[in-house]
Amino acid sequence: MTEGPDPRTPVPRGPLPETPPRRAPRKVELTIDGRPVSAPEGATILQAARELGIETPTLCYLENLTPVNVCRVCVVELEGSRTLVPACSRKVEPGMTVHTDSERVRHSRKLVLELLASGVDVSTAPDFARFAERYGAQPERFAAGATVAQPVKIDNELYVRDYGKCILCYKCVSACGSDAQNTFAIAIAGRGFDAVISTEYDTPLTDSACVFCGNCIGVCPTGALMFRGEFEMRAAGQWDETRQQVTDTICPYCGVGCTLTVHAQDDRIVKVTSPAEHPITRGHLCIKGRFGWQYVNER
Amino acid sequence: MDLRFTSAAASERERAAVDRAAGSQAPARDLLLPALQEIQRRIGWISPGALNYACRRLDVPPADGFGVASFYGLLSTAETGSIAVHVCDDLACRSESLIAGLERSGVPVRRSPCLGLCDRAPAALVTIAGEEPREIAVAPADASSVMRAVRGLPAAEPAAPIPQFGSAGLRLLRRAGQVDPESLDAYRASGGLLALRRARQIGPREVIREVRDARLAGRGGAAFPAADKWAAVAANPAPRYLVINADESEPGTFKDRVLMESDPFAVVEAAAIAAFATGCARIYFYIRGEYPLATERIRNAVDRMRHRGFLDGLDIEIRRGAGAYICGEETALFQSIEGYRGEPRSKPPFPAEAGLFRRPTLVNNVETLVNVPGILIEGGPAYARRGTERSTGTKLYCVSGDVERPGVYEFEFGITLRNLLRYSGCAIADLRGVLVGGAAGTFVTPDELDVPLTFEGLRAIGSALGSAVVMAFSRSRDMRGVLARIAHFFREESCGQCVPCRVGTVRQVEALKRGDTGLVKEVGRVMRDASICGLGQTASSAIESALARWPELMKEMR
Amino acid sequence: MGGGTNSYAEFEDTDLIILWGSNARDTHPILFHHVLKGVRNGARLYTVDPRRTPTAEWAAGWLPLQVGSDIALANAVGREILAAGLENREFLEHATLGLEDYRKAVDRYTLQYAEQITGVPAAQIREFAHAYARADRALLCWTLGITEHHNAVDNVLALINLALLAGHVGRYGSGLNPLRGQNNVQGGGDMGALPDRLPGFQHVENGELRSKFERAWGVAIPPERGWHLSGMLDAMEHGELKALYVIGENPVNSEADQHRTVRLFESLECLVAQDLFLTETARLADVVFPAAAGAFETEGTVTNSERRVQRVRRAVPPPEGARDDMDILIALARRMGVALGPRGAEAVWNELRSLSPMHAGMSYARLESENGLQWPCYDEQHPGEMYLHGRLWERPVRGPRAPLRPTEWEPPVDTITAEYPLRLTTGRRLDSYNTGVQTGAFASPLRMREALDISPADAARLDLAEGERIRILSRRGAVEAPVHIDPALSAGLVFLTLHTPDQVATNMLTVDASDPKSGTSEFKASAVRIEKLGVPA
Repeated sequence: MTEGPDPRTPVPRGPLPETPPRRAPRKVELTIDGRPVSAPEGATILQAARELGIETPTLCYLENLTPVNVCRVCVVELEGSRTLVPACSRKVEPGMTVHTDSERVRHSRKLVLELLASGVDVSTAPDFARFAERYGAQPERFAAGATVAQPVKIDNELYVRDYGKCILCYKCVSACGSDAQNTFAIAIAGRGFDAVISTEYDTPLTDSACVFCGNCIGVCPTGALMFRGEFEMRAAGQWDETRQQVTDTICPYCGVGCTLTVHAQDDRIVKVTSPAEHPITRGHLCIKGRFGWQYVNER
Repeated sequence: MDLRFTSAAASERERAAVDRAAGSQAPARDLLLPALQEIQRRIGWISPGALNYACRRLDVPPADGFGVASFYGLLSTAETGSIAVHVCDDLACRSESLIAGLERSGVPVRRSPCLGLCDRAPAALVTIAGEEPREIAVAPADASSVMRAVRGLPAAEPAAPIPQFGSAGLRLLRRAGQVDPESLDAYRASGGLLALRRARQIGPREVIREVRDARLAGRGGAAFPAADKWAAVAANPAPRYLVINADESEPGTFKDRVLMESDPFAVVEAAAIAAFATGCARIYFYIRGEYPLATERIRNAVDRMRHRGFLDGLDIEIRRGAGAYICGEETALFQSIEGYRGEPRSKPPFPAEAGLFRRPTLVNNVETLVNVPGILIEGGPAYARRGTERSTGTKLYCVSGDVERPGVYEFEFGITLRNLLRYSGCAIADLRGVLVGGAAGTFVTPDELDVPLTFEGLRAIGSALGSAVVMAFSRSRDMRGVLARIAHFFREESCGQCVPCRVGTVRQVEALKRGDTGLVKEVGRVMRDASICGLGQTASSAIESALARWPELMKEMR
Repeated sequence: MGGGTNSYAEFEDTDLIILWGSNARDTHPILFHHVLKGVRNGARLYTVDPRRTPTAEWAAGWLPLQVGSDIALANAVGREILAAGLENREFLEHATLGLEDYRKAVDRYTLQYAEQITGVPAAQIREFAHAYARADRALLCWTLGITEHHNAVDNVLALINLALLAGHVGRYGSGLNPLRGQNNVQGGGDMGALPDRLPGFQHVENGELRSKFERAWGVAIPPERGWHLSGMLDAMEHGELKALYVIGENPVNSEADQHRTVRLFESLECLVAQDLFLTETARLADVVFPAAAGAFETEGTVTNSERRVQRVRRAVPPPEGARDDMDILIALARRMGVALGPRGAEAVWNELRSLSPMHAGMSYARLESENGLQWPCYDEQHPGEMYLHGRLWERPVRGPRAPLRPTEWEPPVDTITAEYPLRLTTGRRLDSYNTGVQTGAFASPLRMREALDISPADAARLDLAEGERIRILSRRGAVEAPVHIDPALSAGLVFLTLHTPDQVATNMLTVDASDPKSGTSEFKASAVRIEKLGVPA
């Protein structure tokens, strides 16, 4: 009836996967800081600059989110453009001449950092101090100005929201929204300096659409959003990253196979994240993967 | 979408308001703002239950819907009474005593940025929510006229809407006050619809050629050649959209309102020509929310022209702004029509390529379009002979402030600022300065009055025509207060998206108050260099120009 | 070889996605991220589910079928594809067998007949059939809604038939994908934890293959198939099975018909439980081995629903006294006088690679550097297969043709009667997992008291208020629970989870009718009735 080998025997060697042929992207030639660089069509100035080893500060940019280019700390000078342009989202074009470290660029980056740090508590933003030093930011020049200081919001067992640390980078909104989770529990509300990240009518998270995936926390660049455990350990002076070990493993729950990056301090799990570059999770998890490790500590 | 809602439920009236706006159509995000506006009009504020119902109907996440509702100045997400009195406290109106008086008599006053009624300052807009919602613009406003409006009585319409009423040589304003703005027959009797007929005779390509020959430049502020924009849109794939930017909100600007109120058929005819020339099957009017009469007149003109078959093959939607200056920025305007917060997009891509609903879109200002019928009638080359080499045709100027006859003036490009001020009855000897181009414009001093009011003339003195605001300030004016009001305006109107503008506009207010010129300049520079859109990029323009011309102002401030 | 034929990346690049008996939004949340990327890229999503689940809320089409009517629906879809001439004739001719038998078998499943059985309107079935058959690329996925039935294997075959008819298998963006419910249910089968397979799906009844293992292991392997779980329970019933070693399972709570499970376990001569916690099962055990938590305290690999083998690593040490499963097995074997061979996860893995051709190319170094690898991966140069069965498109087809296997619809075993008028189905909630042994430990803000979900219509008919405590009775037992009125349910359907056996022991109600081939019980379809307790909510 059937031709070929016994169906109970594995086929010894299969064909290599045939996927739709990938056209090699066209290359775009441009000049950054006087050096020629060739970048694939569709790449951003940021990516092209990285090719040259040029470090560009970013706050609202992440590889796993659609660029929103709102923080403006990555701006560069593009010859022929009246204004500076955001490196994170501006696509390369043939013949562009870009300056990433001109006086004009340094001035804007410095001022952006000063404007933020003078109104927001950036003490737990990991990259901020480094950027501020590099650009000589002196936020105290704007001291006594308006700030976004406000009480910490604690309305559930898993998250803490400290919007006094929020730079309004939109990352949490994107991660909760169409870039990953598609739950849309939070959005920007209000306008201008009074804009905030909020549920509808500032409803507590527990009454909102929130599904507690923690993907907003995963992308927050300032520590405004924090796991409750980390927040409490920090408050008690117990949080010590030098005593933490970071290990990748696979989530124990459903069969999707999400990579969990386990942060353990003194042999106890204190936090779980996921690598942004992993093709399965792209850094995002669900509530079980993100928080379902408590049983390990409780034994 | 698997949306989740709080338990807040809508009242029957709230549901009816949403249903009225959302109709029986399938859920469409772009009906969100109309639905919220209808709730506001009928109920007076947007309750959690009403928002839930609107979001359910339109398949919008409630947090997202709240983000939209809380963005717009004319929408309230906190419970208020049904009556709101928006009193302009902006530059031309100087209404502090009026506000104080109204507050004393217990009227619910809300301070408003410029209401676009500077020709009849001071101005107020009274809104009365209910089953028969009313919106009454009152100007000039005093305690008794506002109280009349609060009781729901209509305000008197000015007999002659323009100072040049009856003058020969008016082109854009020739029908203003002369021709019944609600009658299509009167419009046709005064030469209306001939241009649309001609456009259909000569075809789209020729229409664009006439506009090119006319060297018509956009009147919205950027002075971009209109024909280039039209040709770019026409060359891109269908479906294409035409958006008429009638969200005139630059403080001191009211020319588009006057055009829409006094010659609405011309605006619609011009739009129909533009849509024909560029192959747009759908037109959106986006009219400033504070312009109830203009909205009504445009709606009437569209209805009557459609009824008589002049708009066959065209879908026309009229959308209203909801109190956000930023929505005059074209990409913010698209966001607003689509049902989102009015946050500008990054350019590129430009609207001709990816605009409204990410489709090729032609966006034109009202005044730009209203030039088009004349161009088709007399021909592009004839049109181009008026004005100067680089600024062709006639121009509307919005003159206000310390002048005897404020209003919209029409002159051929080339008139000097001095002559315009003289014409409007300004006491030049007593003049401290003139704000040209609006809050985003620049101040000029009495030494600079001989500048021709052309694109190139103003550029040569470091100024810009912008929205053609000409606001005069006499020596008696508190210029520090003027600058503080301008700074306050941008702080209030920044959308909040990008850091330079969101925080910079606040720091600008603070640095001005402290008299720190150095910081004002530094903040101005980062806003100019690094903001996403024109609002931030020009938010320090007028202030920095004042400090450059009158350095002593800062000393006075300290 | 049994596994999902496609990769998650293909969900973002296909034209049509069917989730059949799957509430992936809640049960496979990160896979659903890929599904939604696909939807945003233009794919049409269909879901086939008795409940209007959160997944269904995202779908262009939701087919609300009656519980257990899947085969009737699938056969009607197949019949309609044939009747409309939308079958892929060239593919059928070259790559499949049994079309004519299939055609005959489905002939009576007209749209109207299917509508009567499934409750899905004929027009909707037709539209669905046409959309699937006409799509350039289409992924057909299922979960426990298909497999937790007494005729689970037939359910799966009915779906495979559709993919063969339309030629939606063996191509990029087209295929058949069971979405695995547990992190290593795929890997368990791959490793030979099946009654009839050795590692790498090598059949225990194939002498040549068996002797390869016998040579490597130095032992004789019984040449006949063993029992699956339901078979074991039956064997206990018949006194053929007297000792049971349970590793990382809590069958007392997780198996259908809990009364019976407890009775059978109590009758065993020896029950050994190896677990993280003293579960209900462990409480019955004669010996309990405390185990390390696999995902966090041990080294090894697991395999996911796209056949990707990935490394599990020890992030923290196990608590005092708890040991790695492998260590326990080796120590136990040593006590029994057998040395089990190499120690350490990598050494064991390398032994597997030497015996299972489909894993041969997967060194630990490669698993580390390549974010895991998808089987088959025959040697160290092989990149692993993105999708399976591409051979079916070779001309002539290499290897055996794929047979269409006609199946007949049968109603669920536990019939609806006047005495038991409601259909109880079971499933998971977003924040919980199986019997809650692990997920019960974290304070989920989403977790409510376990309740019986009931349709608004039935709640009104039975005069039930939200939160009211009621008794649920089946032919096997009774439990009490509060009710939750859920508009996602249609009249006649009620829903419970297995997550909180201490609150609601759902498996007191479920039926142990199981599929003879897979051994899976019909958790998805029990008949129940509700009694008011007369206590206000």
